[in-house]
Amino acid sequence: MAQSLERQKAKPHLVEEWVGKIYTLICILFLIITIVSLVYFVASKGLSTFFVNHVNVADLLTGLKWSPDGEPALYGALPFIFGSFSTSLLAALIAAPLSFCAAVFMIEIAPKFGRKFLQPVIELLAGIPSVVYGFVGLSVIVPFFRDVFPGQGVGIAAGALVLSIMILPTITTIATDALAALPKGLKEGSYALGATRWQTIYRIVLPTTLPALMTGIVLGIARAFGEALAVQMVIGNAPHIPRSLFESASTLTSAITLNMGNTATGTVANNALWSLALILMLMTFVFVFIVRWLEGRSKI
Amino acid sequence: MKAKTADKLATSIIVAVAAFIVLILAGLLGYILFRGLGHISFDFLTSAPETIRKGGGIGPQLFNSIFLLVLTMIITIPIGLGAGIYMSEYAPPNRITNSIRLIVEVLSSVPSIIVGLFGLLILVNMFGLGFSLFSGALALTVFNLPLMVRITEQALKGVPREQKEASLALGLSKWKTITSVMLPIALPVILTGTILAAGRVFGEAAALLFTAGMSSPRLDFTDWNPFSPFSPLNPFRPAETLAVHIWKINSEGLAPDAAQIAAGASAVLVITVLLFNFAARWLGRYMHRKFTAIK
Repeated sequence: MAQSLERQKAKPHLVEEWVGKIYTLICILFLIITIVSLVYFVASKGLSTFFVNHVNVADLLTGLKWSPDGEPALYGALPFIFGSFSTSLLAALIAAPLSFCAAVFMIEIAPKFGRKFLQPVIELLAGIPSVVYGFVGLSVIVPFFRDVFPGQGVGIAAGALVLSIMILPTITTIATDALAALPKGLKEGSYALGATRWQTIYRIVLPTTLPALMTGIVLGIARAFGEALAVQMVIGNAPHIPRSLFESASTLTSAITLNMGNTATGTVANNALWSLALILMLMTFVFVFIVRWLEGRSKI
Repeated sequence: MKAKTADKLATSIIVAVAAFIVLILAGLLGYILFRGLGHISFDFLTSAPETIRKGGGIGPQLFNSIFLLVLTMIITIPIGLGAGIYMSEYAPPNRITNSIRLIVEVLSSVPSIIVGLFGLLILVNMFGLGFSLFSGALALTVFNLPLMVRITEQALKGVPREQKEASLALGLSKWKTITSVMLPIALPVILTGTILAAGRVFGEAAALLFTAGMSSPRLDFTDWNPFSPFSPLNPFRPAETLAVHIWKINSEGLAPDAAQIAAGASAVLVITVLLFNFAARWLGRYMHRKFTAIK
């Protein structure tokens, strides 16, 4: 009698526990199914260009001319690949030194002012929507370039500049965290030996936090690589490799954004765009694995 | 060069660069607000856009953005919380859990345009939802989930071990411990993160181009029946959001005052994101004070 009463009391607990377990399991399964199907569908659509429409992989990756309406139709994606890499790498090249200086300023030089004022502002910058960056780029940077340099102002330079402002918060936040997480003893040891602040920064702080700083830069490049609308608005969207930084160009994302709505599902032109998306996705994976590898190295 | 001179030089360069960044940020925010604020009026915020004539507003777009945000969060929060709880509390420490973590990381770095394409393929075409608010909300859920999972997981990991163990020692089930002891403690962090995620959703455009669509039907704001095709509440109608609208009028706007409309809409978008940020900060601090009895 006493035993059965106890069992009855224990039961709601068990039910509740099972409900919770199953609910959370369903949630995580939903997440897994989503990502697996995302990868599967993008890959199968992107690969059908090669297997169903028999476009040569090498032709797509190295071809210089993109003219789906031409005779014969050409699907050379190299201009887009070149545009994506050049804008995102240039953006990182501009943003990385600035971010590093900002992080050093916030942690080493003026921690109080940095934490209280600069950091919130930079975090805020991370929240500004990308179309707003595109709009500012279109109404400030492009006219400025048009006046100062030959050409229309649009192009890789404008795209890279807009992207560099966009990824500045990403890199700065990670660099700041890395510098703040540095064990105090390392810096104090250096100061105790009579090193100046700058000596400490570039001999001690920079080498030990390098993997984390690189992580920030790679994440910044990844974000820049996948950004669609802000770049599309300022790059000009001409489907060829430009001869200068101030000439109209295209990226993978801008080509997809512009043409996806104008092609019918199932046509070669449409599938070729999915191939561009596949390249974009594969590059994302590469970035994730580089970040993982860097994180593995950064355990001091 | 002497070490001290180098130190002074380097310090001044770093300070100068930091000042330069502050200047850029201030310039950026100032430019958006300065150009846009003049154009914002009650009429601009509530009236419908014009295609060729001057004086169009952003009323439907603003409504769509807010409605889409609410829909997205209604779908995202329960799933994200559940998945986050699983990752933090139930997942056994083994290889499968590690690969799930990798999957979440991959999903969080997939470009939003690809999420949009996936939505176009699966939701719009395969499930036949068409260009609709509902497709958009689901696409944004895919885009937002990894962030929500990470926020929940980190918040739960931050709960003191003793409180969890005390609750378990009192005989509460694990689920009860999570919902009644750990979640309330983790709530400030989760809420702050959720509001910031909401800000991200509000400004997202690339994932919506091919899911929620680039047009908005003439909305009838007197018709609140969710099944009527012109009702603002109908989740199966196409809906152009504010961010998509900014992109569209910049690339193909025909109205003579397109630049001003874009400026005004950008300012509205930025102000909203600022409000989200401040709300998150204030709420986080308020709840922390409330729960920890710190003055």
